[in-house]
Amino acid sequence: MVRESSIMKVHYYTGLAAIVLVAIHILFRLTVPEGYSASLEYENVIANYKNISYTLVLELILVTVAVHGFNGLRVILLELRQGDAWESAVKWLCIAGAVAIIAYGTRTIILASMM
Amino acid sequence: MKRVKIRVFRYNPADGADARYDEFEVEAERWTTVLDALLYIKAHKDHSIALRYSCRMASCGSCGMVINGIPRLACYTKVYELGSDVITCRPLTNFPIIRDLATDFTAFFAKHKSMRPYIINDAVDRIDGREFLQKPEEVEKYLQFSYCIKCGLCYAACPTVATDKRFPGPQALAQMYRYLIDSRDMATDERLKVVDDRHGVWRCHFAGSCSMVCPKGVDPALGIQLLRAYLLGMSRDSKVVAELYRREK
Repeated sequence: MVRESSIMKVHYYTGLAAIVLVAIHILFRLTVPEGYSASLEYENVIANYKNISYTLVLELILVTVAVHGFNGLRVILLELRQGDAWESAVKWLCIAGAVAIIAYGTRTIILASMM
Repeated sequence: MKRVKIRVFRYNPADGADARYDEFEVEAERWTTVLDALLYIKAHKDHSIALRYSCRMASCGSCGMVINGIPRLACYTKVYELGSDVITCRPLTNFPIIRDLATDFTAFFAKHKSMRPYIINDAVDRIDGREFLQKPEEVEKYLQFSYCIKCGLCYAACPTVATDKRFPGPQALAQMYRYLIDSRDMATDERLKVVDDRHGVWRCHFAGSCSMVCPKGVDPALGIQLLRAYLLGMSRDSKVVAELYRREK
C-alpha cells in the first residue's frame, strides 16, 4: 500500500510542475511574433502540434494537472465522508478518472500532431 | 463592578428536549472569571447546570467551553476582558454533549492514546543506573509541545476535525511530534506509520485556529507542519539521539 506521504509528495511536485509548465505554455502564446490573437488561429494552433517540444509540454501539463487535480478531489471527498467502502470507491474512481482524462487528452494531442 | 447577562446552553440528550439558552444576570468584578460567574449561577440561581471544572487556574484543562464564539478555558477568561455585557457559553464543538456545558472526551483521549504519548526506548533499563543527558537545544525542540494540558480547545477549533471524524486532531498530532523529536525516543518509524495515513497529518488545512485558541501558548499548527516536513524528508537530521551517562553515586 502506498504511503500517504508518497502520494502527497507527488501532489506537491505535480502542483509545482504544473505552475511552471502552464507558465511556459502561456509564454509560448505571448511570444508569437504575430501577436496573442494570431497564435490562437486554427492554422497556428495545429502548427504548434508539429513542434515536438511544445507537444511534450502539453502532454506534461495534461499529466501533472490530471494527477494533481484528481488527488485533490480524492482528498476533498475523503473529508466529506468516511468509511472503508466510500474511501475505496473514491480512490479507484479518482485513479480511473485521471487515467481516462490522460488517455483522452493524449489521443487528442496525437491526432492533432498528425493533421 | 458591572452587571452582565450570562447565556448558558442547556441540553440533555437523555430527556429528548430541544436545546435552549437560559439567561442569568450576575455582577462581575474586574477579577471575576467566566467560571466564577457560572459557579455563582450554579450556587445561587440554578444548581442543575452541568459543567466540568477542577483546578480554576488553567492547569487541569477541564473547563473548556465556547465563550462568545471562541473556545476558551472558563477559569482563564475574565468577564471584563470579553468587553461585552452579554456572555454566551456553549459546549465545545466537535465533542459529543453529555449535558449542558459538559462534553464527552472519550474519542479525544482515544486519539491522544493512539499516538503513544510516552518515551519508547527498549534499549534502556531505567534501573541500570544510567540516565539521558539532553542538551538545552534538544529540549527546546519539544518543550513548548509538552505544555499541552489536553483541554481540547484546539480540537474544538479545528475545521478538519469538524468534517473528518478519523482525523486525530491538532492536540494528538502535536503530541506525536513532541515524542518523535525527543532525543530519548527511539520509535521514529513506528510513530510515523501512525500519522502517515489518509486521515493523518496530511489532512490538516493549516487554518491555524488551533494555535490561536491554545491557553498554554502551544502552537499545534507548527507541530503539524514540522511533522509533515519530517515525513517529506526535509528535517530528518533534526532528530538527534541523547547520550547515556552513568549517574555518579
